[in-house]
Amino acid sequence: MNIVVLIKQVPGSTEIKVDPKTNTLIRDGVEAIVNPFDTYAVEEAVRLKEANGGTVTVLTMGPPQAAEALKQALSVGADRAILVSDRAFAGADTLATSFTLAAAIRKIGGADVVIAGKQTLDGDTGQVGPEVAMHLKLPFATYVKKIESADGGKLRVERLVEDGYEVLDIPTPCVITVVKEINDPRLPSLRGIMAAKKAEIVTWSASDLGDDVKRFGLSGSPTQVVETYVPERVKTGEMITGTVEQQVDRLVEKLKEAGVL
Amino acid sequence: MDYQLTEEQQMIRDLARAIAEDKVLPVRAELDEKEEFPTQIMKVMGDSDLFRVFVPEEYDGMGGGVLDECLIIEEISRVCGGVALSYAATLLGTIPVLLFGNEEQKKDVLPKIAAGALAAFALTEASAGSDASNIQTTAVKDGDDYVINGTKQWITNGGNALFYTVIAMTDKDKGSRGASAFIVEADTPGFTYGKKEKKMGIRASSTTELIFDNCRVPVKNLLSKEGMGFIIALKTLDLSRPGVAAQAVGIAQGALEEALKFAKERQQGGQPVIQYQAVQHMLADMAMQVEAARALTYAAARTIDAGAKTYSKEASMAKCFASDVAMRVATDAVQVMGGHGYMREYPVEKMMRDAKITQIYEGTNQIQRNVIAANLIKETLR
Ligand SMILES: Cc1cc2nc3c(=O)[nH]c(=O)nc-3n(C[C@H](O)[C@H](O)[C@H](O)COP(=O)(O)OP(=O)(O)OC[C@H]3O[C@@H](n4cnc5c(N)ncnc54)[C@H](O)[C@@H]3O)c2cc1C
Ligand SMILES: Cc1cc2nc3c(=O)[nH]c(=O)nc-3n(C[C@H](O)[C@H](O)[C@H](O)COP(=O)(O)OP(=O)(O)OC[C@H]3O[C@@H](n4cnc5c(N)ncnc54)[C@H](O)[C@@H]3O)c2cc1C
Repeated sequence: MNIVVLIKQVPGSTEIKVDPKTNTLIRDGVEAIVNPFDTYAVEEAVRLKEANGGTVTVLTMGPPQAAEALKQALSVGADRAILVSDRAFAGADTLATSFTLAAAIRKIGGADVVIAGKQTLDGDTGQVGPEVAMHLKLPFATYVKKIESADGGKLRVERLVEDGYEVLDIPTPCVITVVKEINDPRLPSLRGIMAAKKAEIVTWSASDLGDDVKRFGLSGSPTQVVETYVPERVKTGEMITGTVEQQVDRLVEKLKEAGVL
Repeated sequence: MDYQLTEEQQMIRDLARAIAEDKVLPVRAELDEKEEFPTQIMKVMGDSDLFRVFVPEEYDGMGGGVLDECLIIEEISRVCGGVALSYAATLLGTIPVLLFGNEEQKKDVLPKIAAGALAAFALTEASAGSDASNIQTTAVKDGDDYVINGTKQWITNGGNALFYTVIAMTDKDKGSRGASAFIVEADTPGFTYGKKEKKMGIRASSTTELIFDNCRVPVKNLLSKEGMGFIIALKTLDLSRPGVAAQAVGIAQGALEEALKFAKERQQGGQPVIQYQAVQHMLADMAMQVEAARALTYAAARTIDAGAKTYSKEASMAKCFASDVAMRVATDAVQVMGGHGYMREYPVEKMMRDAKITQIYEGTNQIQRNVIAANLIKETLR
């Protein structure tokens, strides 16, 4: 079973700042980590490989320093790492990002299963996984919390929904995105860390991914971020105070006013 | 302080810290309360290659040194001294094989340890504590075997180890020249575990009796030669003591951090208690002592790693100094935290209980001072 895991390097802080002039994320000076949901994706891929054989390839699109994220995945059991990096990819929205990742997956030779995180800490859209599936014309399942079985050309997965979970059979090749409930990622081993340090990271540029260059990066990104702001908190609640009797009277009055009673 | 650790040493330290914080921290109070052995954590440490560190590369290890070991023990102890001991005692039980094992013995034992099996070292008996020469356990040669009889007490990792290095008398008439060291595997017929001790601290580690009742061990399990038992034991303890020092440094560091954090949060008299100079000075003294203990421990470890021929004085100094520091700093951490420090809800009362053992085992601190003084006297005779 050949598995491709999509991972993204994100700022390791929950305080994401947006540059008010360019409306892009400020990434300078913030420690970079692997998007936490992607660590579950890597772990699940390694477990699938351990159970079924095959290889795990981790793939990221990002700046050269994103190689560190790939090395971290190698240290916990991924076999191969590919960095897709080029100035031409800069400014990508989710459409351009997923288009580029899909092109890279095709160049890898496809996969039985593509695993992504459910969303990122920074961009936070949760769109990239499903969009990759659309570009590759593959079925997908989001919010997977368990892979029950993986054989006979299909995965049986449990997928989180609002008030429970669904059990789906999904034919391979397919794309899934995973939630943190799916596993408890292992810590690396010393040998793994040392091997990862020495590992060669394959880097692909725009020209390696075909000549549809206008679909990469900014030019391939129809999303226009017009403005970013923290939504204003609208205070709608009213605290009712006083003795219990007073509070009850006031509440009943209010409910009558609202026409509920 | 900058201890000029190599990149590899930083890697080892960071991984040990990650394991301590991810896997040990969430369960340390429960393991202590239930006196439960940390089987799962030992497995994680094994899977992470931490047992490979002290095993030579030709036996599937990573060929690290004493300082590498100390970094691991310190980081785990910073969170839980009891969990760290199960790991450190494996090193103690493996050192006799590392130093005195023949090729066959090394091939048999070391790759399994590298993969995460535990070991133990069995010297102490009811009537032989500080005076190890008084051991009563005997090993009598009979054909291709030695037959071991006797009872060891307070053996760390008893019941959890795969390999036990056991010191027994092969010739009582020769006194301290009549002891020998044997590798005894778990499940050898005639070898069972007795009482499991209930302890003040390091309660996640297991401390048991080992009972040998006509236990037959093949001659090939004799380490070195007959009569070498006490030399093996002493050399083993010399090499292991920096590890106890590192355990003490870790416990002290953990206690300091807890006290500092609490003192910044606890409000009394309208201000955080850290604003009181009396509290600040305690914390300053604690920090100084921890750093001094760490510096001495790393220096002793580096002395050994640099190839020193004798190092019992250095090893004893580090063990004795660091363990005295751990006891003082942990006690002061409780003091800084006042009544909260005394409650089990906070970790420093456990750290205070855990710190105490480092002044006792692998030779009490009185014995360490004897060793240091004996070396000082010997040096003046040169
Ligand atoms: C206001 C704003 C400004 C932005 N400005 C910039 C900018 O200036 N420069 C810039 O580069 N981005 C910028 N982005 C982010 C960019 O649009 C997205 O980060 C990117 O398209 C991925 O989307 P996402 O982070 O929402 O991923 P999601 O869809 O939430 O990610 C889901 C999963 O898809 C996979 N995945 C996502 N991204 C990648 C990737 N790059 N490589 C591999 N796998 C991946 C991971 O498995 C991830 O868990 C900005 C986003 C916002 C909201
Ligand atoms: C939790 C725990 C785990 C242990 N694990 C192991 C293990 O894995 N393997 C193992 O072999 N042993 C182990 N031990 C035994 C430990 O090494 C001994 O307890 C230690 O060596 C001291 O011996 P003792 O307790 O009999 O004290 P004693 O020797 O009875 O000492 C009592 C007091 O007399 C002092 N004293 C004794 N002799 C002298 C002297 N010559 N000069 C000055 N003062 C002296 C001591 O310092 C102490 O204060 C363990 C002990 C404990 C408590």
